[in-house]
Amino acid sequence: MTPVQHSGSREIDSNRPYSLEKSPLSRILLGIGIAGLVLSLIGYFLEPGRFYFSYLTAFAYWTTLTLGALFFTMLHHATGAKWSVVLRRGAEALSMNLPWLFIFFLPVLAGIHSLYHWSHADAVAHDPILQAKASYLNTAFFIVRGIVYFAVWSALALLLNRHSLAQDQDGEEVHTRRLRQVGAVGIVLFALTMTFAAFDWLMSLDPHWYSTIFGVFVFVSGFLVAVACLTVFYVFFRKQGILADTVGISHFQDLGRLLFAFTVFWAYIGGSQYFLIWYANIPEETVFYLHRWAGGWRLVSLLIIILHFLVPFIALIFFASKRNTRLLGVVAGLLMVMHYINIYWLVMPTVAATDAVISWVDLVTLVGMGGILMWLFLERFRRNPVIPLQDPDLSESIAHHP
Amino acid sequence: MGKPFAILAEFANPADLLAAARAVRKAGFRHFDCHSPFPIHGMDRAMGLKRSPLGYIVGGLCIVGASIGFGLQTWVHTIEYPLVIAGKPFFSWQAFIVVTFALMVLFGAFGAVLGMLSLSGLPRLHHPLFHSENFSRFSRDAFFLSIEADDARFDRKETWAFLESIGGLNLELVEEPSP
Repeated sequence: MTPVQHSGSREIDSNRPYSLEKSPLSRILLGIGIAGLVLSLIGYFLEPGRFYFSYLTAFAYWTTLTLGALFFTMLHHATGAKWSVVLRRGAEALSMNLPWLFIFFLPVLAGIHSLYHWSHADAVAHDPILQAKASYLNTAFFIVRGIVYFAVWSALALLLNRHSLAQDQDGEEVHTRRLRQVGAVGIVLFALTMTFAAFDWLMSLDPHWYSTIFGVFVFVSGFLVAVACLTVFYVFFRKQGILADTVGISHFQDLGRLLFAFTVFWAYIGGSQYFLIWYANIPEETVFYLHRWAGGWRLVSLLIIILHFLVPFIALIFFASKRNTRLLGVVAGLLMVMHYINIYWLVMPTVAATDAVISWVDLVTLVGMGGILMWLFLERFRRNPVIPLQDPDLSESIAHHP
Repeated sequence: MGKPFAILAEFANPADLLAAARAVRKAGFRHFDCHSPFPIHGMDRAMGLKRSPLGYIVGGLCIVGASIGFGLQTWVHTIEYPLVIAGKPFFSWQAFIVVTFALMVLFGAFGAVLGMLSLSGLPRLHHPLFHSENFSRFSRDAFFLSIEADDARFDRKETWAFLESIGGLNLELVEEPSP
């Protein structure tokens, strides 16, 4: 990739393409993706009992990450944020993976009977609780809801990308207003679909258990990992000399602030859920934490508290650490790993109730899906101008100084 | 009149004031201040101001507040007045977190407000610069820079000439009235 260069005056030359050259990295990602998916297919035959749970964990990981990027873009527009204009193309390109994620959703539908206890008619017949929930938790409605979620998310991602790219061409101010409307309405739609998607795909794994805050917990986690992912990208681009004088230290500092704030918010929501369940002490609710405090899962729970909260919290609290791109990149990378473990911790105790056993299928599904999605992201990011060239707030964003 | 407090110079616009602050700092002055109706971007750096220690004051008080919150509850519930509540153990740290958190925030907020006041030397009802008639415009439409007399490099004549040379207007020697 060749770095995008700026003249000293920091003015945008609209005749220059402002896109990146082809990089060997995208071919590597594609290769990793294909290899991972082939191995996943082998895993499907070798470990049929495990496969769907591994797959669901990987799917939930990448979907929440991508949704976080969609939310980042909508939040940016709805609040009229200026600092993040130069970072917007990254979030936009990530969110455009949502239509593709629908394809990755199809195997979840295929594995519905392996994954979800409530989808078995004979199980429901002997279970009054599942009977009462059957009007919501049934196979047909589950599939319809999944399609609706992806239709809403894809439409939002397409609208946000289309107006943003159209403005590069014509420079019309109307796009900015349209994007703000999409952002504001989109956040409401997003809140509903994201919450119910978390209920459907993750919470209903244990159909007797419920927590009203669960959707927020998954959303916060997803937004956090999206910001972490963007941070890793822009730190990486900076190392390559790409956008080096456009995305400055003050942008990284703001990314660091978001990481810090949402690390705290994640802990706050997770703690609230735990606290209320601990206080009420009702068996049908406490079962969730009892599973995750048994055997090897206790270690995983402690690991999440320490590495998903304490370490990033202490690392990011200082002013200087948010301006240190190397440290920021490491902490963001840690959060990306911990988000996977967090999702793992939500999904896997339903299949491995007594102990946390790691399988190779977990890894290949995660890396396979991720390779393809990151390849798609990088190609899209590369083809389009890497910053919104005609955004009215672009120069203010470049000059951003906290 | 009493001893001199500072030489006050007016500047035409924020950019001039910013350049003047840089020049004054470069000339080696340390006890000087800038006065403008609104914050000027980059002024902190131009004046060579260090980051405020307020964050560490707030952080320290947060730790104190959290310790008091947690300690008080632990002491009350395990030693002073143990009471069985909802069948939970006396030392139920989970239940203590809420008050611990609240006291942490309370102490932090006090630290932020009081620390900010004390670091900026407030409340202060009077300042020698208020003796200048012209200075009353600092909160409306004028940009001032004052070099204080207790600066090691301060010299009535030289500093005056220096401020003139960097474009200061309406120079004025402000004096502290003798008590």
